[in-house]
Amino acid sequence: MTDLLYARAQMGLSLAFHIVFAAAGVALPVLMVLSDLKHRRTGDADYRKLSEKLAKGTAILFAVGAVSGTVLSFELGLLWPEFMGRYGEVIGLPFSLEGVAFFTEAIFLGIYLYGRERVSPGLHLFSGVMVAVSGAASAFFVTLVNTFMNNPSGFTPTPTGPTDVQPLVAMFSPGWQYQTAHVLLSCYQASAFAMAGIHAFILLKHPGAGFHKKALSIALPLACVTALAQPLVGDLSAKHVAREQPVKLAAMEAHFDTEAGAPLRVGGWPDVETRTVSGSIDLPKGLSILAFADPDAEVKGLNAFPRDVWPPVAKVHMAFQVMVGTGSLMALLALATLWRRWRGREWPHGKGMMRAWLWSGPLGLVALEAGWLVTEWGRQPWIVRDVMRTGEAVTPVPHLAAPFFTFTAVYLFLGVTVLFVLWRQVAGTLPGSKTPGAPADGEVAHAH
Amino acid sequence: MPIETTLLGFAVAGTFVLYALLGGADFGGGVWDLLARGPRKAEQRALIAHAIGPVWEVNHVWLIVGLVLLFSGFPRAFAALSVALHVPLTLLVLGIVFRGTAFTFRAYDTRGDAVERRWGVVFSVASVVAPLLLGMSVGAVASDAIRMQGHAVVSGFFASWLSPFALSVGVLTLGLFAFLAAVYLTHEARTPELAEDFRRRALVTGGLLFPLALAALLLSREGAPRVWTGLLQTPFALALHVGTAVAAVAAFALLWTRRFRAARVAAATQGGLIVLGWAVSQAPYLVYPHLTLQSAAAQPGVQRLLLVALGVGLVTVVPSLVLLFRVFGPRGQVPQAPEVPRT
Repeated sequence: MTDLLYARAQMGLSLAFHIVFAAAGVALPVLMVLSDLKHRRTGDADYRKLSEKLAKGTAILFAVGAVSGTVLSFELGLLWPEFMGRYGEVIGLPFSLEGVAFFTEAIFLGIYLYGRERVSPGLHLFSGVMVAVSGAASAFFVTLVNTFMNNPSGFTPTPTGPTDVQPLVAMFSPGWQYQTAHVLLSCYQASAFAMAGIHAFILLKHPGAGFHKKALSIALPLACVTALAQPLVGDLSAKHVAREQPVKLAAMEAHFDTEAGAPLRVGGWPDVETRTVSGSIDLPKGLSILAFADPDAEVKGLNAFPRDVWPPVAKVHMAFQVMVGTGSLMALLALATLWRRWRGREWPHGKGMMRAWLWSGPLGLVALEAGWLVTEWGRQPWIVRDVMRTGEAVTPVPHLAAPFFTFTAVYLFLGVTVLFVLWRQVAGTLPGSKTPGAPADGEVAHAH
Repeated sequence: MPIETTLLGFAVAGTFVLYALLGGADFGGGVWDLLARGPRKAEQRALIAHAIGPVWEVNHVWLIVGLVLLFSGFPRAFAALSVALHVPLTLLVLGIVFRGTAFTFRAYDTRGDAVERRWGVVFSVASVVAPLLLGMSVGAVASDAIRMQGHAVVSGFFASWLSPFALSVGVLTLGLFAFLAAVYLTHEARTPELAEDFRRRALVTGGLLFPLALAALLLSREGAPRVWTGLLQTPFALALHVGTAVAAVAAFALLWTRRFRAARVAAATQGGLIVLGWAVSQAPYLVYPHLTLQSAAAQPGVQRLLLVALGVGLVTVVPSLVLLFRVFGPRGQVPQAPEVPRT
């Protein structure tokens, strides 16, 4: 592998790792506040316990998210100094505002976690709400940076770098509404599905466990609403990509020849050498309808662009298929669940439904990662589309294999550890469990 | 130099001062966790965990803010430093990762067994290594060892931060963080015995800071001529020295007479002036002698907007911070404080 590839792999790995925790940091506070509210309204102690469990989950995931986010802010310079040296001033504003959001998130999370017994109930709830709002704000601002990389605006490119910089214009580059909405929804969706999956798993083993039914009643509404809203937002986002980034759309759809009334390809394996796709199911005129709302619209194919600005077609296409496929499955499950809810007047807890939710638990995260890969691979070979190539941005430092393998090992280790620690939190709620780790579950260490 | 650039320069220096005083003290807490000993070993560690728990993530954010201000306000300097200091900064980031995660895992997965002890070791070792690397990176920046041709760094990836001067700054940083943590902990301690433990540590490290600072100063004559002349010859720097000396003597006297609350203020002033002294001695250079604040700065419109964002940030963050420190400061402490909500 070349150093450029190692740099990309390291950045990709760091982001893939961070995104999971960032998404949880955005969504878990909402779930935590919702159960807190429910506790206040019903006086049911289970909801309080649930909000405390979610608070601990938030604390663990937020801490890992904060350190992996720190890694990323350093890596922007460590791996892509030319990009930051030239465009840091153009996109510094959303990063700065994200810093502010990160600050309030950390402050109010501290108050929420450690302050239950020290501040008034009103202030405590307010802190929880602030954590949720700051989390959403920080995801919003950081997504704006990515929108800029996809659709740069707010400066005039020159060979020596950007001039006439207008940070506010750059901050709201074309398509920002679609991308931020898509990303925020995906955070809530992924976390709600993961939470529903965990509690469905326990309900399968211990049917009727009241605590877990209640947990499900917090997770399912959010999961269902987001799963149904996401395809609509995704469609708006895709229409925007079709207009502004036709080459990315062509790669997503493995669409080689420019044609009017283009079919929608489901599945299939694109062969870049022969410029054909094998094994796909083609829905006539589907792509033209989806991309331009017109069955006879012309959709540009990859062949309309020079070969050296093609993204990696097979990867982008596959990632896109995974995102759309998992998204559709989740939407279907949401429909089925809402139907049962409407018929039965309570959230379904049957074996079949619980199995479906168990297996769908990871789908939100899969879709989130796949969607992120679509947008990042789909932008290649550019780091700032049409302005700066990824290869021009990379650091001159040699031997990038060393940090890549180091961080890979660290992230693997941390990932396993987090799963283990979170599992112990969940295990403490199992019917009949005596809270393993008994000395003082969740208390700060007192000795080593 | 335009007023915006000066203000942004002060903002960057200011975030570094705050990171040293708050985040640095958290690292120092990790150092004392590693060095905990005596009959109250366990209580010492519990006090450290208790003091850091609610605030460490907030304290850590100052570093992020400093970074963001640097790359938005002075992008060329950020790029050059990221290349020249690739190795120590990568290691520093690893230290930050291990310290933060180990602390959290230990706090939320308490079992009092070998696993918890191992997290404790990871936390405290990372707390020693990270300040050393941070200080060595600062030392490299302060020296004239980072060389550029045009926008390219040509001085290699090791020499600049492995010089004797950079090493001395690393050790000084570690000492300063440990000193700050010890002084803060005297005031956080809930029993007089525990306060005595940290008072002794504070007096010893405070005493050590003097030869460490002197060594760094003497080494700067060869290793960082700009800092040497800056520290010795500019009137402003001399005023800073006097201020630092007064604060240091005051901190010592207040510790001696067990006025811990005031000692905290004096120690923080001393620490802040040391960091500020570094910033002032190398101003207006960001990378001597290649990049000044002005030559690395973003365009004027960008600088103005950044200052606006900074203002928005201050208006949002400062009241929230005041609230946080009110709730968890030593005054807000209740005996047997419940940590995380119990189940």
